[in-house]
Amino acid sequence: MLITRRVEFSAAHVCRRPELTEEANRELYGPAANPHGHGHNFVVEVTLAGEPDRATGMVLDLKRLKEVLHREIVEPFDHRFLNAEVPPFDRVVPTAENLAIEIWRRVKPYFDGAVRLHAVRVYETDDFWAECFGEEA
Amino acid sequence: MRLQVTRRYRFAAAHRLHAAAFSEQENQALYGKCNNPSGHGHDYVLEVSVTGPVHEATGRLLSPAALDRLVAEEVLAAFDHRNLNAEVPEFSQAPPTTENLTQLIRRRLLERWAELGHEVRLAGIRLRETQRNTFEILERL
Repeated sequence: MLITRRVEFSAAHVCRRPELTEEANRELYGPAANPHGHGHNFVVEVTLAGEPDRATGMVLDLKRLKEVLHREIVEPFDHRFLNAEVPPFDRVVPTAENLAIEIWRRVKPYFDGAVRLHAVRVYETDDFWAECFGEEA
Repeated sequence: MRLQVTRRYRFAAAHRLHAAAFSEQENQALYGKCNNPSGHGHDYVLEVSVTGPVHEATGRLLSPAALDRLVAEEVLAAFDHRNLNAEVPEFSQAPPTTENLTQLIRRRLLERWAELGHEVRLAGIRLRETQRNTFEILERL
């Protein structure tokens, strides 16, 4: 069974590579290359896979997932400038793809037993999102 | 790591469900109000999911602008603010059900898929006809 919890954070980011020209960055990232940055209300959906416990009827206590997501995502990312304040985005371009990979890495160690991390979905906008499924599939 | 990105698009179109193989009465029984002779329309929502490696330098799996261009030319130009029965040759005979429309969109995208680069693969497309009805084709990965 899959269970999903959603969290939100609002943050600024810039998608550009310092070694490229202004023109090349605009070509690659469009308006997201603006060096001053811009922001999004990012939405993150974290999906876990597991079987409901016979006694509790729950895959896990969702409070635990809530705490992990708060500690690993909301606390470090919310109301921050990702490039300036949240490693590794001082050197890794904070695209939706890389955010999904980073959140996967942060959350994975907590859910590596009977309950496993299945997917991390990062919505940059309602119309664009990236999903990370780890090494499986 | 397997990564997938999804982009969402919208188009508005008119259609009428009517299959040439059946009588007027049978069509009414089969499609109900979707068979009303003058047609009706929907705000379709299309989601295109792609998969492939994330390039380390760019942090990108694909250029959203390249996918936007392909969808604009192959889907939006063909269907947005169109009457599917009257203006899309494939639906002069086959009924423009959302099942058939989803398959047609998939075919049109795949015909030019190579333009997105050889590493990017289609993972699936999902077409929402209304808030209540969604149709999806998943690719075997």
